[in-house]
Amino acid sequence: MPVDLFGQALNGLAYGVLLFLLSVGLTLIFGMLDVVNLAHGSFYMLGAYAGLSLIASTGSFWLALVAAPLAVGLIGALIERSCLRPLYRRPPLDQVLLTFGFIYLFEDVVKWIWGGRIRSIPPPDLFSGSVSLWGAVIPSYRLFVIAFGLAMAALLFLLVERTRLGAIIRAGVFDAEMTGGLGINIHRVFTGVFAFGAALGGLSGVIAGPIQSAYPSMGVTILIPALIVVVVGGLGSLKGSLIGSLLIGQAETFGKAWMPEASMLIIYVVMAAIVLVRPQGLFGRPLK
Amino acid sequence: MTGLRLLASALVVVAVALFPLAAGNYPVKLLQEILIWGIFAMSLDLLMGYAGMVSFGHSAFFGIGGYVAALALARSPGLVSALLLPAVAAGLVALAIGFFSIRVSGVYFIMLTLAFSQMFHAYTFQVSWLGAEDGLVGIPRPAVPGVDLNSLRGFHGYLLVLVVLAALALWRIVSSPFGHVLRGIHENEARMIALGYAVDRYKLLAFVIAGVVAGVAGSLYTQFNGSITPDAFFWKTSGEALLMVIIGGTGTLGGAMLGAAAFILLQSLVSTYTERWMLILGATFILLVLFAPGGIVGALRGRIGLRA
Repeated sequence: MPVDLFGQALNGLAYGVLLFLLSVGLTLIFGMLDVVNLAHGSFYMLGAYAGLSLIASTGSFWLALVAAPLAVGLIGALIERSCLRPLYRRPPLDQVLLTFGFIYLFEDVVKWIWGGRIRSIPPPDLFSGSVSLWGAVIPSYRLFVIAFGLAMAALLFLLVERTRLGAIIRAGVFDAEMTGGLGINIHRVFTGVFAFGAALGGLSGVIAGPIQSAYPSMGVTILIPALIVVVVGGLGSLKGSLIGSLLIGQAETFGKAWMPEASMLIIYVVMAAIVLVRPQGLFGRPLK
Repeated sequence: MTGLRLLASALVVVAVALFPLAAGNYPVKLLQEILIWGIFAMSLDLLMGYAGMVSFGHSAFFGIGGYVAALALARSPGLVSALLLPAVAAGLVALAIGFFSIRVSGVYFIMLTLAFSQMFHAYTFQVSWLGAEDGLVGIPRPAVPGVDLNSLRGFHGYLLVLVVLAALALWRIVSSPFGHVLRGIHENEARMIALGYAVDRYKLLAFVIAGVVAGVAGSLYTQFNGSITPDAFFWKTSGEALLMVIIGGTGTLGGAMLGAAAFILLQSLVSTYTERWMLILGATFILLVLFAPGGIVGALRGRIGLRA
């Protein structure tokens, strides 16, 4: 049992860091642009499929890991510039619906180009085997995902907490209008944050590919857990996103193993409880 | 309601009633689907358009209505099973969800209602006594003396009566003093509290009424299809209802019905011509949000100078 426990905890950790990469973009976009980006799951899906094609054509997972997020980030920038920007002065619901439209659009584009069936994505050769850790056999790719995700988390913290750009982003999340008033070109920052968030969504899609395969509805499936992470952690909070992801990752993995009938229920119950007791989430700023 | 609008509404009802005499099986079924989704969308419009409560979990009540109807009709196919039980069950669930959800507002309200509806999806998706992902199938339509609901025309008449009743009830509610309080809450909640209104109670009541009507819509959906699946609870069901309300124009009731018609017609028309209907549907929504912010009703008002 302890061996199994260890294996499950690692699985949960791998899922958790995946959720983190996805929810960081979501939480930054919400914190800064006040947009609940329902198409964020689509970026994840696009990343996985772009990764699939890049791996197939170049044979290099590592190239796909760099190029696919860049492509998805570019799509994000285009969406922000052309469709979201005209909507900032409208009621927030209009933006939600716009991104809802993109879910349909992207899901169908993916079916068109890649077909509707599940496509498996091979892990890179370097991590195609498995290792034995304290008696548990773990696919080495999962260990890579955990290490990569944690390294990305550290990088993101440095970026947001220690650089000038990070200071601008934090200021924008706190009060976008005021930041603009201080001479920062806030529109460019908006586009940049949206593109960056989209790229991170694409990155998590590439990473998830070898674990979960690629299929057209993968975006709408992952979106709700990612939204839950954002709400549990606190909208706009990087730290909340990390803690929330790891929490939800463990809750879902252990739930699936121990209480298969109720596993999906658990995360919703956790979220509902947190919204009721502490609406701003674990690390969010108190509500105005 | 002005005389002109009353006349127009009556004409629409007559046209819908006579439609099966002129059209074949498929168009009539399409119209019936529009009517069912129209009821669902109107109930959401009561929340969104009037009380200003944007719920992303309205599928909870649609699904509850659908599942309760399926369970009840399989045991005793009568009107109590078809209408009363689903409505009461959906109302009770709405009371429970609303009790918690109205404590928060804005995006937190959206997320909390979403979480509650997804709990039902997760549960129905996994438990075998509700058929898990296949749902419940082979559900009989209710037996009503004098009408054969298994015939296309019989069911059409039954649906039409219920749609008209639901629309009249909702219209009566939004034009009552209660409806005006809801609009006041939408405009300025703090002021309504200062004026001495028990705002939370009004919001909860609106939430329950919307839930009851959505439950009836869900039950009709089960009767129409003869089956119900966990998809009824999925968040895309809520999202599609939201789209219908927005496409039609919020806060107009009639707009919700128009939006349902536009959504379903678009979906079925485009899908007969091309496999790529989701793409076209998605692009249409995007263009509508960008260029027709008031929905169909808003565009009509702008075009022919119609007033609210």
